[in-house]
Parts: sequence; C-alpha cells; structure tokens
Amino acid sequence: MSQATDITKINEQSPYYDITPGNQIYGGGGSRRFNTGEWRTQTPVIDWDKCTQCLLCTPVCPDSSIPVSNGRREDFDYDHCKGCGICEKVCSFGAITMKEGM
Amino acid sequence: MAFNFKEVMNKPERLAPGHRMCAGCGATIAVRTVLRALKPEDKAVIGNATGCLEVSSFMYPYTAWEDSYIHNTFENAGATLSGVETAYHALKKRGRLSENYKFITFGGDGGTYDIGLQSLSGAMERNHDLVYVCYDNEAYMNTGIQRSSATPMYADTTTTPVGSHSNGKMQNRKDLAAIIANHNIPYVAQSTLIGTMKDLYEKSEKAIYTPGAAFLNVMAPCPRGWRYDTPDIMNICKLAVETCYWPLFEVVEGKWILNYEPKKKLPIEDFLKTQGRFKHLFKPENEQLLVQYQEEVDRRWEELLFKCSR
Amino acid sequence: MSIRERMSGNEAVAHAIKQINPDVMPAFPITPSTEIPQMVSSFIANGEIDTEFIPVESEHSSMSATMGANAAGARALTATSSCGLAYMWELLYVAASDRLPVVLALVNRALTGPININCDHSDSMGARDAGWIQIYAENNQEAYDNFIQAFRIAEHPDVRLPLMACQDGFITSHAVENIELIEDDKVKEFVGEYKPENYLLNPDMPMAVGPYANSPFYMETKMNQRLAMENAKKVILEVAEEFEKMSGRKYGFFEEYKLDDADYAIVIIGSAAGTTKDAVDELREQGIKAGLLKIRVFRPFPGEAIANALKNVKAIAIMDRAESFSACGGPIGSELKAALFDLRITSTVVNYFYGIGGRDYTVAEAKAVYQDLINYVSGTADVENFKYIGLRK
Repeated sequence: MSQATDITKINEQSPYYDITPGNQIYGGGGSRRFNTGEWRTQTPVIDWDKCTQCLLCTPVCPDSSIPVSNGRREDFDYDHCKGCGICEKVCSFGAITMKEGM
Repeated sequence: MAFNFKEVMNKPERLAPGHRMCAGCGATIAVRTVLRALKPEDKAVIGNATGCLEVSSFMYPYTAWEDSYIHNTFENAGATLSGVETAYHALKKRGRLSENYKFITFGGDGGTYDIGLQSLSGAMERNHDLVYVCYDNEAYMNTGIQRSSATPMYADTTTTPVGSHSNGKMQNRKDLAAIIANHNIPYVAQSTLIGTMKDLYEKSEKAIYTPGAAFLNVMAPCPRGWRYDTPDIMNICKLAVETCYWPLFEVVEGKWILNYEPKKKLPIEDFLKTQGRFKHLFKPENEQLLVQYQEEVDRRWEELLFKCSR
Repeated sequence: MSIRERMSGNEAVAHAIKQINPDVMPAFPITPSTEIPQMVSSFIANGEIDTEFIPVESEHSSMSATMGANAAGARALTATSSCGLAYMWELLYVAASDRLPVVLALVNRALTGPININCDHSDSMGARDAGWIQIYAENNQEAYDNFIQAFRIAEHPDVRLPLMACQDGFITSHAVENIELIEDDKVKEFVGEYKPENYLLNPDMPMAVGPYANSPFYMETKMNQRLAMENAKKVILEVAEEFEKMSGRKYGFFEEYKLDDADYAIVIIGSAAGTTKDAVDELREQGIKAGLLKIRVFRPFPGEAIANALKNVKAIAIMDRAESFSACGGPIGSELKAALFDLRITSTVVNYFYGIGGRDYTVAEAKAVYQDLINYVSGTADVENFKYIGLRK
C-alpha cells in the first residue's frame, strides 16, 4: 500500500492509496496553500504616509493577513484577506481604506 | 511581565491564514490572541470541539494550525485533551520526550456550555494541566444560529425565532464561568476582544502558564448570527463591557477579581441596538422588555461586584 | 517455564495489563468490567506498574481520553461493558477512521432495555460495523492470551486499527479457572514498545488529526479502513504464530472441534463453546458425528475460511447471543449465511438465539440443537429458519 508523504500533492483527484492513513496531516499551517483572498468583495488599501505603525489593526484581523515583521506591519496578505473591514474601522489615522472589488 | 504590545505582535503567528471562517469572524481573532500568549520556544497541542472553528480550520488536507492539533467530536474536547495531556506526562516520565508542551483546547458555546459540559467538567475537576477556551458566540452558529444555553434573553435565533407569539429566547443565559469557577480550579477568567487585546492576552498567558486546569470564557461575536456589519465587532465588544453585559473578571485560586469597572455604566440598549438579533426589542410595545433586561444585567453585575468584594 | 495460577477472566486481563504496563489507561466503572480498572489502580497504587490512570467521569470520556492519549503517542487502553460501550458509540467510528490503535477490554453484557447486568453479545455485535477488530475469548486463558496479542495486531503499521478483546460477562469475567501465565519478561519482549511513525507529541513534526473531510475524501478514507481490515487478517495469523512459539498455545480465526468428519455442526462465539464441546463429546460417544466451529475473530470476518471449513457438513446451527431485530436472523447468522452462499454451500442452516440477557445455555440444550439438525436432515421435522433456546412458550 503506497502512502503519500507529501501532503501538498493530496487533492480531490487523489486515489485512495494516496490519502493519508486516518486523514492525518503532518506539518503545520498548510492552509496557506488555500487562497481565501478570492472571497473579497472589498479590499483594504493602506496609505503608508498616514500609517503610524501603531499596530492596532494587526491583532483584530480574523485571517492573520496583516503580517508583522521587526515590530512593523507589512502590506496586507491579499492571498488570504477576506475584506471584512475590521482593520479600517479600528485605524485611528485613516490610513486604511476599503475599496470596492478585489 | 509588563504588556509590551509591539513585542507581543512580533511573536510568530500560530494560526495560519487560508482557513474558511467567515469574513469578520470573532472566533479566529480570539484564537490568534490566545496562541500568541504561548512562549515561542514552547510547543503545544491544540484540541478543538466540533464547530465552525474546527470544520473551517482543518478541512482535509489543509490545516491552519502550526501546532499539533486534534479534533475528536463535538462533545468531548475536554476529555480528548485530558488524554493528550496525560500521555505527555507518561512519555516524559518514561524518558521518551524532553520538549515542553502546553495544551489548549477551543470550543464554541455549543461544545462547551451544552453538549460538551460533562466532558469539560470532568477535565476541570481532574485538574489536568490544560486550558479550555470557550469562544462564546452565543448560539450554535455552525449549524445556522440555533439557540444555546449561552444565548442571551430575547435573542432572535432560528430555534427561538421572533414572531407574533414570540420575543425570541425566553430564558436567561447560563453563567458558565461561575460554574467552572466552582470546580475550584487554579484559574478562570472571562474576557473579550478589546483594543490591543491586552486583557485576553494576559489572561491567556496566566491560563497557559498556571499549573493545573484553567478556563477562559471569551465573548467572540458572530456577524452572521448577531446580524451586524463585520467592521463593527470591536465596538460591540467594547459596549458589552461598558454596559456590564460582559464583565471582565478573573477567579484566581478561588478569589474573584474584577478587572474593569466602567466609570459610567452604559444602558444595556447601547449594546443591544448594535445587533439585528435584538431589533424587535426596540419596538414601542416592547419597552417593558428592555426595562426587564436592564434589571437582569444589573442583578448579575451586583452579584459579581459582591463576589469580587469579598 | 509458564506459571500455573487460578484467576477470573477479569483478573487475567488485569494481569496482562500489568505485564504490558501501558502508558495511559482512562476508565469508568461498569458491571461486569469494573474489576479491571480497580485492579489496575491497585497495581499503580502499590508501585507495581507506572501506567497513568485517568479516573474519568464517563465511558464517553474514557474512550475520548484513550484516543487523545493514543494520538499523542502513548499506548492506551480502556475497559467497559454494555451501556458503557453504547455510550462510546460515536467515538468507536472516529477511533477507527482516525486509525488509532487503541485496545478495549470488553466484558460482554446485555444492552439495557430493560437493564440487565448479565452476559450476551448485543454490545459488541451492535458495534460490529464501527471498524474495530473484534476478538472473542472462550475462557480465562483465551482472554489473557488474546490481550497479550492485542497491541501487536492493532499497532502493526499495515493495520493501525482499534481492537476490542471480548470475554463473556460473569461467565468468564468472574469465574475462577486454572490459567497458564507467561513470564513478565517474555510478555514485555513479545508486546514491545509502541513507536508510532507520527504522533501529536512528535517534536520534529506536528500532526493534525480529525479533519472535516467531505465527499471528495470520505469514500477513499473508508476504502483505506477496509484495506487495513484486510491486512489485519494476515497480521492476526502472524501474531498468533509468534505467540504459539512463545506459549505453545495455538490460535487462528476460529477453532474447529471435531469438525473434520462432522455431519452436524454448531457455530458459536465465546464461553458457550465450552458447553457445546461437552455436548459434542457426549454425542460422539453415541456415534453421532457432531462438531463445533468456534469463531475467535469476528472482525475482520473470515467468512470464506469458515464457509470452507463447513463445506462438508450436512446441517449447521449458527448460534447468536444477540438479536439484530432484522426479523431475518442474528448478526453471525446473517453474515455466515452470506459467506456460505458465496461458496454455493447449500447445507441446511438454522439460526438460533441463545443466552440472551444471561439466559442459561446447558449441555442438554446444545444436544437438543444437534438433535434438531439430525431431524432436519432425516426429514423427520420441517426446517425452521430461526429458533430460540430456553424461551418460555
């Protein structure tokens, strides 16, 4: 019985012998390969001139889509941001604007 | 350790994006904060009761969890993680494991207040060194907004629909934090999503690093079930606290501690009017229901103040 | 040298657990399996073993915690009976689907409705389609021997399925009989250490267990479970062979007792096989070619092998100690008839229900079953498809 060890190759066309035993998945964070950014109907855009790097937008993102590096926020992870708009609302500096569409 | 927001936000993300929770979901905001309270060098096993979080965060073959993760069924997250935690002690004792692990399990109010209450109670009473986090969105959201014992009075849900003969749920919500506190475990706290998440972060840190069982009850609004626009979540949580609908407190070794007392307690209407599930309460003929609502909030707040003053 | 002792079935299983010294045992008391966790607790309290015992608040949690511990990388087991097993029902399917090789010491007892603490097989037979390996014991010796083999079978990399080691409530669990125990060091060596390839507490590789896996993956997952069950057949025989080398006691899927030249055969599971063997002996003395086939392994079901062993028999009585309420036969009756059909064996077959809720089953009744078969074959009585033994009329 052959068992796939590379979980990134498992998909809805995989034959039964490539499905991991017990549907167990080895290694964390594999959902990054799934693009939820396609769900957006509105898109947050940041104005770096207005952003003070206060970071208040970062913990409120339900989709871990405001990455922080060296104490500074980076641009949105548009592959995963679902466009909920919480970040825009918590920004006290008007640095985030929701734009219609993707 | 003083709370340093920038340092906290610099810690690695342990819930990966790409999960299928709804846009604006309160549960994953809570989960991110709880997981951030882990020391980066500590490993963890995460448990999860069936619910939105589970079916959206581990859809085969995609897991959003960076740590080891186990979902068993709806009603047994407490017992399942009891087994994992006990296995950890067994493997350590027998020299088969040297790394440090922490154990955190998440359940919605359905899996925690209701179907999983026995399993949770057992895990707490046996004082396993684990944290059970209830993300309380006040109804069975995964199956489509049915009432739970955490659903507040008069909420419009699909099994307590508002109609010509109904004003929504007719019963009070269960006070789960008090029930768990009465298990006399080392740490119980209630929190929600506020500002920098300092409150939830610090409580998570205490819960994770206090030896023995710990329980966190975290109000995590659901935009679909509560019927509000997704960006409003932080305002709703703030109003829940400022109206004393959802007080922030801890029970440390049996001692009740109030973490925040509003300078001026806001009327409950301020919280209720933000959500479509309470819309019917603002019809002129339902004025008395609001009065009654306020009385119940006041009664419970006074009771909490009494507990915390002892 | 093996050790001669006198023990009840529960003591025998508890002794096997002591020798195995598993990592974790959660359990909740229920008659007649309660003694097993009690004895294990005493072994721990007296420092004889260092298993972590979890005194859970229900059987639902004992199975849940056993699964959690096993997924975490520990060798884990629990014990239960009857309603305890019923309360675990949902989890039985999950344990099998998650491919968690946990072991359950099941002491068979009637399911409630009405409450009845005595033996029948309605508990485990009801769980027959949950994806667990099921091995049944006739007596204390077999209960002990099966338990020693259990982890080897369940944990085999080609199998990785949960296993139920069953013995009859009270009849086996509480009756004290002579038993031959194997030395501690031999058992330890035979069972070995549990070394799963992947587990939650593997610091080098996190693992996620228990996903949402809808229709694109579900059927393939079930196919893999079925293949594991197929593999279990081979592994059960391999482990039995190795066990025989150690103990001198031989095991297979089933035991044939004077079946070689038999014209009339009873097929049965569990302790009632002993009673039936006495009937066979008495009938053989009278020159009647009676025989017995005692099923040891019911899951995976060795249908073809059983049917082959019965192919020259003129009439077969299939004995069920559980109703299935299909109004068309009991669990063993239905499955074995299907297996006989596949081999185009058209002997007379009657499905009997006996011992339900602890109803006595005597040598005289066993002999009466053989007499029925003789009458059917000789044409002196009309064949009945289903019959009850000991039912008041």
